[in-house]
Parts: sequence; structure tokens; C-alpha cells
Amino acid sequence: MSPTQILFWSLSVLALFSAIMMVASKNPIHSVLWLIAVFFSISGHYILLNAQFLAIVNLIVYAGAIMVLFLFVIMLMNLNADTEPQKNKWLKIAGVIAGGALLLVFVAALKNADLKNQIAQVNGGNIGLISNLGLSLFHDYVIPFEISSILFLSAMVGAVVIGKRE
Amino acid sequence: MLLTIDWLFILEKCILIAVILSISLVVAMYETWAERKVAAVIQDRRGPNRAGPFGILQPVADGLKLFMKEEIIPNLSSPFLFVVGPGLAMLTAMMTSAVVPWSSFFDIKGHIVPLQVADINIGVLYVFAVVSMGVYGMMIGGWASNNKFSLLAAVRGASQIISYELAMGLSIISLLFITGSLSLKTIVEQQQDHIINFVYQPLGFFIFLVCAFAECNRTPFDLSEAESELNFGYHQEYSSMKLGFYLFAEYVNMFISSAVMATLFFGGYDIPFVNDHQFGLAHGQNLLAILQGFSLLIKIVIFIFFFMWVRWTIPRFRYDQLMKLGWKILIPLALINMLVTGFLVLFKSNGWHF
Repeated sequence: MSPTQILFWSLSVLALFSAIMMVASKNPIHSVLWLIAVFFSISGHYILLNAQFLAIVNLIVYAGAIMVLFLFVIMLMNLNADTEPQKNKWLKIAGVIAGGALLLVFVAALKNADLKNQIAQVNGGNIGLISNLGLSLFHDYVIPFEISSILFLSAMVGAVVIGKRE
Repeated sequence: MLLTIDWLFILEKCILIAVILSISLVVAMYETWAERKVAAVIQDRRGPNRAGPFGILQPVADGLKLFMKEEIIPNLSSPFLFVVGPGLAMLTAMMTSAVVPWSSFFDIKGHIVPLQVADINIGVLYVFAVVSMGVYGMMIGGWASNNKFSLLAAVRGASQIISYELAMGLSIISLLFITGSLSLKTIVEQQQDHIINFVYQPLGFFIFLVCAFAECNRTPFDLSEAESELNFGYHQEYSSMKLGFYLFAEYVNMFISSAVMATLFFGGYDIPFVNDHQFGLAHGQNLLAILQGFSLLIKIVIFIFFFMWVRWTIPRFRYDQLMKLGWKILIPLALINMLVTGFLVLFKSNGWHF
């Protein structure tokens, strides 16, 4: 096994384990912390694919900003394992069935996909480097990029309007 | 062979990491001493002068004292996170040192050893990612203490860091317009060939400096440790070396952010008024590398002195004033700076005509 493969497997195990722990842990704060661990291992995968910009932006935006806001809200609401309202038993069963159905759909969709011959460009390929990404964003995809930024701007204005209304 | 790893490369990097970490810890140790000396000079006192000549053994004595103290973990806290908090604070303080170029390179019998742990092409963004991780040490520690004052202080500190990160990022964007690269090594090399970036970006530097103060939790922005309002801040329940880690992380942060500021705006390891390349050809590359390291260290020390000077001169902001400064003054200023720089760079690339 090459170092890249070792890193890939350990990152994958870490990502899956943290994701399961995030769902399974009783304390909401622990869930948030496990989710942050998931983001870190996913960023590690991006780095293995030589998509450094994506990896770092994933960390800055998700782990650095969004999860901090999650932590804020949960800490200030003071949710603990014992104060968390227990869900209805039938609701739990419905959730399991829905999740299982989603898994079934995924398996059915990916069963015939040609995965064997589509090997990811590990530790090579320069599509994810920041200069190439910037060029393609501002040359080939200028209009979608600008439209999405307008979407962000309107979301921001909306947030301010909602926040101002007392 | 099972593993194809360049062991020499790993050994080289491990030695480099160990040296950099120990230098930053020693510098942080003597920052605590220097802080008290500077405070003493400003307040017309003598400062620590008992342990050793001029009190230079004082940090060792302080460290010993912290190690000897009883460790108290509150009953109702979550013990694991309570211990992880200070560790995270220290970890995030140290991680930035990986991308800072500490000097050019050593030339050991034709084998080139660059004095930078990782020259990644997104160095500046990496610094921001680590800075935004810095919130977690504080928040996890404050929450795990199971104390309302600690939690409030942690939330305060975290919202302060998030708010000032925005202005910091915007002020750096205008610098990146000029450099055209995110690699810290390239930024330093450009400044060696031309003038330092401070000349092009004085306003950007000023905004970055103010934000660095806020990110390091230094006065006038040390609201998360405001002892008159919040007892002691987010580390109220901490004792012994765990408290020491929190206090120490602040000093390491100060050292590293000074290094980043010197690198981005003041030429990094470039020796001022000397043509480094010709000096290297005349006196050998290894001597040049050592002198460049010292040059960076002197720039860092000047910044650290400035940090301390401000701390003992300016009183603390009120919380609403802090937020107003961040959102209503620094962010618009940084945006204007960005627009003006963008226009000028565009005109220059067009040959100065419309």
C-alpha cells in the first residue's frame, strides 16, 4: 500500500465513524463536534485529490463558520441529553424505513455504474488548484457565478430585514 | 517494499517542525517576562527582578508553579471536553507556523533544505482556516466548564473572533490583488525584488493589525477575559497547567500573528537595505539563511513590543463599541480599500488608460 492509500483508508474510516457517532450520540454538543470531525476528514479527502482550495474553503466555511453558529445556538439553548424530548416510537421506525429506502435507491442507482474504470486522480491532476479554478470560474462560468452571488446578497438582505423587525 | 516513503525528507521535516515549535514556545515563554517588564517600564515600576539577573528566570518559576498546582476538574463538567479545550487552543495556535517561511534555505553539500515546513499554494487561506479553528478551544473549554460566566465569555469571544475574521479576510484580498499569489513564500520573494507591501497597502495593513489584536484576544479587545464583568472569563474553572495552556496559547498566537504580519506586509525574512542574493553569493548561502532568520525574528519582536505597548496604553472597549468598530467601520473600510486597489491594479494592467 502506498502512503496515499493508507491515508485514504484511514480518512474514510474516520469520516464514517464520526458520521455514525454524530447520529448516535445523545448530547447535541457532542453531535456537533463529531460533525466537525466529519468535515475535517472530508477535507483530507479533497487534499488527497489535490483539490486544495476546496479543502481549505470547506474548513473555513463549514467547520470554521457554520458549525460555530450551530455550537452557539445549542450552547445557549442549553440542550442536554436528559432535557431532550424523546421522540415517538413510531416516528423512529418511520425514520429507519425512510433511511433504508434511501439506501436502497442509492444501491440501485450505483449498481450498474461503471466505477471500476473510473479511477480518481489521486495526488495528481491540477483542476482543483486555485489558479485553474479561478480561471474556469471567471471565464467559462461567469454568469452562473454572478447569479449565485446575487442569490447570496438577497439572502443576506433578507436576514437583515428579518433581524431588524422587532 | 511495503512503504515507499522518502525517509530523509520526513526526518528533515520533523527536525524543522521540532525546532520551530520549540522556538515559538521559548519566545512565548519570554513574552510573558517581556510583558511584565514592558508594563513595569510604562507604569514606572521595576517589574520581575528576583529570579536570576533582571528576572530572566521568572518564566521558568511561573511554569514550575503552574505545574505544581492542584488540578481541579469540576464535578458537573464534561471531563473529556474540559481537558480537550486547552489542548485545542494550543494546537490551533501552533498550526499556523507550518506555512510561514522562516528563512530562505540551507545548502548542505548541494542538498537544499528549505526553512519552511510546507510551501502550499494556498498559504494565506490556510492561515485563515487555522484562525477560524481558534474559536473551538475557547468555546469547548467555556462550555465544558458548566459555568454561566465561562459560557458567556466563550460566546462573547467566539462572536468577536468571527466578526473580526471578516474584516481581516477583506483586508487581505486587496493585498492578494497586488501579489497575485497565495503562497507566503512567493509573497516574500516578490517583496525582496520590489518594495515591501506595506507601501502599497498601508490601510490594509492597519485593518489587519487591528483584527490581529482582536483575534489574539489582546487588550483593547480582551472582552472574553474581562475579569470585572465575567469573573475571569472562559477559563475561570481552569487551574494548574490547563490554565497555563490557555494563557500560553495567547502568547504563541501573538508570536505567530506577528510572524504572519511581518511576512505579508514587511518583507518577511528579507534583510532590509541589503541585496540578499548578492550577499548569499559573496558570503555563502548558510550564513545568509541564518541572518535572514534573525531578520524575521527582529521584525517579530518589534511587532510583539507593539502588542504590549498597546495593551498597557489603551483601555478595553465596551462590547457594543467593539461590534460597531468591527462591522460598521473596519468592514466598510476594507471594502473601500479593496475597490480602490482593484481599480488601480486594473488600470495598471491596461497601461494606465481607460
